[in-house]
Amino acid sequence: MKKTIRVTVNGISRNDEVEPRLLLIHYLRERLGLTGPHIGCETSLCGACTVEIDGKAVKSCSVFAVQADGRNVLTIEGLASNGHLHPVQEAFWNEHGLQCGFCTPGMIMASKQLLERNSNPTEGEIRHGIEGNLCRCTGYQHIVNAVKAAAAKIGA
Amino acid sequence: MIAENFDYSAPNTVEEALQLIAKGGKVLAGGMSLVPLMKLRLAAPEHLVDLGRVAALNGITEDKGSIVIGSMTTHHQLESSALLRASCPLLAETASLIGDVQVRNMGTIGGSVAHADPAADYPAALLALEAKVRLVKSSGDRTLAFSDFLIDSFTTALEEGELVREVVVPVETAGTGVSYQKMLQPASGFAIVGVAARIRKTAGKISFARIGVTGLSSCAFRAAAVEKLLEGTSGSEEEIGKAAAVVADGVDANSDIHASSNYRSQMARVYTARAIQAAVSRAA
Amino acid sequence: MATTITKPETLVGKRIRRKEDPRLITGTATYVDDIQMPGMHHACIVRSPHAAARIKGIHVKAALELPGVTAVFTGADTKDVGPVPCGASLPGLRVPHHHILAVDRVYFVGHPVAVVVATDRYIARDAADRIEVDYEVLPAVADPEKAIAAGAPAVHPEWPDNVAFHFHQEGGEVDKAFAEAEVVVKERITSQRLIPTSIETRGVVADWNTGDKSLTIYSSSQIPHLLRTLLAMMLGLPEHHTRVVVPEVGGGFGSKLNVYAEEALMGFVAMKIGKPVKWIESRRENYLCTIHGRGHVDYFELAARKDGTMVGLKLKLIQDLGAYHQLLTPAIPTLSVLMMPGLYRFKNIRADIAGVFTNCVPTDAYRGAGRPEATHGIERMVDILAAELKMDPAEIRLKNFIQPEEFPFSTGTGLIYDSGNYDLPLKKAMEIVDYKGLRKQQNDSRKQGRLMGVGISSYGEICAFGPSPATPAGGWECATVRVDPQGKVTVGTGASPHGQGEETTFAQIAADELGVDLDDVLVVHGDTAVVPYGIGTFGSRGTAVGGPALYYALQKLKEKITKFGAMLLDSESVSYSGGCCTCSKTGKSVTLGEIAGASYRAMKLPEGEAPGLEATYFWEPPNFTFPFGAHVAVTEIDRETGKVKVARYVAVDDCGRIVNPLLVDGQVHGGVAQGLGQALYEQAVYDDSGQLLSGELTDYAIPKATMMPWIESHHTETPSPVNPLGVKGVGEAGTIGCSPALVNSVVDALSPLGVRHIDMPLTPEKIWNLLQGGQQ
Repeated sequence: MKKTIRVTVNGISRNDEVEPRLLLIHYLRERLGLTGPHIGCETSLCGACTVEIDGKAVKSCSVFAVQADGRNVLTIEGLASNGHLHPVQEAFWNEHGLQCGFCTPGMIMASKQLLERNSNPTEGEIRHGIEGNLCRCTGYQHIVNAVKAAAAKIGA
Repeated sequence: MIAENFDYSAPNTVEEALQLIAKGGKVLAGGMSLVPLMKLRLAAPEHLVDLGRVAALNGITEDKGSIVIGSMTTHHQLESSALLRASCPLLAETASLIGDVQVRNMGTIGGSVAHADPAADYPAALLALEAKVRLVKSSGDRTLAFSDFLIDSFTTALEEGELVREVVVPVETAGTGVSYQKMLQPASGFAIVGVAARIRKTAGKISFARIGVTGLSSCAFRAAAVEKLLEGTSGSEEEIGKAAAVVADGVDANSDIHASSNYRSQMARVYTARAIQAAVSRAA
Repeated sequence: MATTITKPETLVGKRIRRKEDPRLITGTATYVDDIQMPGMHHACIVRSPHAAARIKGIHVKAALELPGVTAVFTGADTKDVGPVPCGASLPGLRVPHHHILAVDRVYFVGHPVAVVVATDRYIARDAADRIEVDYEVLPAVADPEKAIAAGAPAVHPEWPDNVAFHFHQEGGEVDKAFAEAEVVVKERITSQRLIPTSIETRGVVADWNTGDKSLTIYSSSQIPHLLRTLLAMMLGLPEHHTRVVVPEVGGGFGSKLNVYAEEALMGFVAMKIGKPVKWIESRRENYLCTIHGRGHVDYFELAARKDGTMVGLKLKLIQDLGAYHQLLTPAIPTLSVLMMPGLYRFKNIRADIAGVFTNCVPTDAYRGAGRPEATHGIERMVDILAAELKMDPAEIRLKNFIQPEEFPFSTGTGLIYDSGNYDLPLKKAMEIVDYKGLRKQQNDSRKQGRLMGVGISSYGEICAFGPSPATPAGGWECATVRVDPQGKVTVGTGASPHGQGEETTFAQIAADELGVDLDDVLVVHGDTAVVPYGIGTFGSRGTAVGGPALYYALQKLKEKITKFGAMLLDSESVSYSGGCCTCSKTGKSVTLGEIAGASYRAMKLPEGEAPGLEATYFWEPPNFTFPFGAHVAVTEIDRETGKVKVARYVAVDDCGRIVNPLLVDGQVHGGVAQGLGQALYEQAVYDDSGQLLSGELTDYAIPKATMMPWIESHHTETPSPVNPLGVKGVGEAGTIGCSPALVNSVVDALSPLGVRHIDMPLTPEKIWNLLQGGQQ
């Protein structure tokens, strides 16, 4: 029995009919063509699918699209504004905080959440803040540098 | 990766929710346990009842010496609540160690306790806190001690058509030292063992000790034998060690690829001592 | 911190942020699951839940009845598709015929048995549940030493001893060396099965044009051209009607250096249904069915004189191959043999490999591919020898290193090491950690009952594969450099980067050589219709083989540019630099853009020259390259839990000349993370019936951010004489150097308890057992 959902995604209002079992990640990627968030596992561990629902970073692979009815969703595609990169995006670029890029959209969303809740995190706090995002390429060190750089930029 | 089909309702009130559950609907709380199970097709409920819009189930309030936590309150809300951190720091600390940021933004205390994963974190704290759960169904509500509510792995006293409405914990008496110490299973982040301790001292001696243990066996438990050995001591390292040493006695410890039962039992002793140590040092 | 230089000053050697990143950080890159096509179907594969079984019957009717299901195929339909290829050949190698779908037997859990094709991904998944397979379960064996023991079930009935090959290699006079040795140390050392776990799983989109009978395969792969050649063969297609496009790839680490059943299967399906079809691997499938790494049980014997001079090494290597050979499966352990003497001078070696079938997914190349196993072995043996002789581990290494004046050095295993200065990184690492101070600190901490360890690894590695005769399919690389009428530069490379950053480093090289802005160079790769041919990216060969190909193409191009410049300036005394051709007599100049325009307009052509402005070069490397380095790990063991804390990690790596230090650091960090994962956390655990117990990310612990120490990464630069850039390759070095440093450190910490060796992973429980005086 399909359901109608009204979701605002990256500032744009959407009306769609979905099966209740349609995962939010699939709704975003396949219905809306927002392929920035990625799928890396099915046990909610890797975090590659991280988006924001009402300002909270969540793993969109473990949320049904129907749960997002009436809510605001932000994906990586919605971060830059007017062609200007978000400071976290810019910092990842400057600090080489990515290699293959697959974990990166989720990692950036998690880093953004971290800095919103803790504007000047220590190395340990950064590592804890991205514990829900797996990266196999970088060893996380340049990611830590990127988050620190973004914190400095945002705080400046 | 893809769940089987199901019907879905998103009630706005507890009453609506209860009606749907009475007809056989399965509760969807934060989904952090249920959705992965459904995606792996290890669970296939026919009708999901999403409690995410039942505002009445969300919130943390103080009520006559107790903190009342709505079942749909998220782990993040618990860890960041100024009220909870001041009045029941053990529960706030425990919440902060669950999963990761994204999981804590969605996962709920009610969902967690109803799911009753033997390696979940809350049960250790809730047992140490002698918490209560308020359950509700169409015909009325009832309150159970958490220790009576939790029965076994993935098994609780929830009856058909019943849901967890609130979790109730005491406002912590001033001077109580608390700690939750967890040995992480490095892949999943669940507890190989997790120990919660509450300690009070009077005239330099431990006058009150509550210890909750999770992850060690098929069900979290209160380590009453440890508590007895602690009470009346000064809380020295040696005395703590002696008390902690009995935590796994008579307990059928779990065994898996991450920890044998022997090692797990020993880690229970180590983490019990560490939790008590930390709690003692924080006790006034 | 990176710079954002794009102006033409020298770019090679600078920390420049990547040209790849804008699309990756905005989520606008295209990975294979991002591809949508009109009429695209979705495939879901049904796989065996048993490690060994006969297939008695497959019932597909219920699946076909589900609305939206277009087709179901089984092994009966696909049995004439060419077998999944093994590209490695060894004398006497037994090669089981590897059908793309199981025909009458299954050989490992996850073995594909049927494929459902539907209009929708969700329907395909539902339909897969409706397929019933009747199995007659057979006994299975999952451990290689059990598989070669008497009475073990036969993985392949035609070879009841479960041996796929024996391989013997010898150098020098081993028996004499051992007979004359004053001390011999022996140890059994395992390099456990690992799961590569790229965050993007595998995936394929196959598109068959029924009109012109051409197939396009989009695949998350490391080897687009080799894949095209082999898939065309498997599917019986003419190669010029076959195209492979590798889109963005979310990590490979060797696990996508392969030709998989599913790639051919999707081609088959697309050809049958006449519609595009997509298959995306789930993480569970990835763990069960994508190749695993390592899988060694090694018996080492190291012979030496009492003064610590090593004289000979013997190795009995039992390689867990899995149930089939994937592309390079049997060749990987031979790479271990090549590097078994490491950085040390002795030439007396003997190695015997037994390649063993097991009812598990095949092993194949995974970051380091045979070299981590070898390095782990020799570096552990050196420490064991040092302990036996009561010599300092750094001292014994310095005593046995090949010296700089001995290069090029012919090893006992038939290699010629290109260049090296092995003292340099070890001494630098020792200085950085204050080695003497650490040993003093260790003594003091031991008096306090603490367990502190200092571990060294001095590693050498063979990479930049390689001279073609020594490879299964060719080891050269190709580059095309094309200047368009506007004067912008497009580089086509046969390398296939998937995170390594060649779109930036190759642009740096091209921009420097041509004197243009970084932004004026575009590097393209991965599409067999765009790049003539290439071997691909693996074995740390992207910069070290792809780079020289580019360099030589650029020299060819510069020759032509200069000729056109001379013609336009009507002078013989011209030189090209800074993006312009300038006449030394008149000072007049023409830009690259003007030259390019003239070459296409072709109003006039220089003597002997054709129009257009492009150059292609296929570069055959004369040798492999041999990076090296030293890692030092300081660890502390928690006595109560057995947990290993990495208190300090210093890496000094020499990968020859560095094109972009920022990217090289990234490769070292990532490499160390995978080495640390192997040393402390990861293991593919099969039970006796062949079930994979560590089958999801919840049970297989790849390092999270909280599990990594800070890596102090330093470099020395000893250029390679093998190529004009002097580069060696660095992609795998971090992994190779890391695991022995960590294990040596922990063994060092526990040596007062009489511990001599511990096998990876060094889980807390394993260490704790040792602390209780028990077995591992």
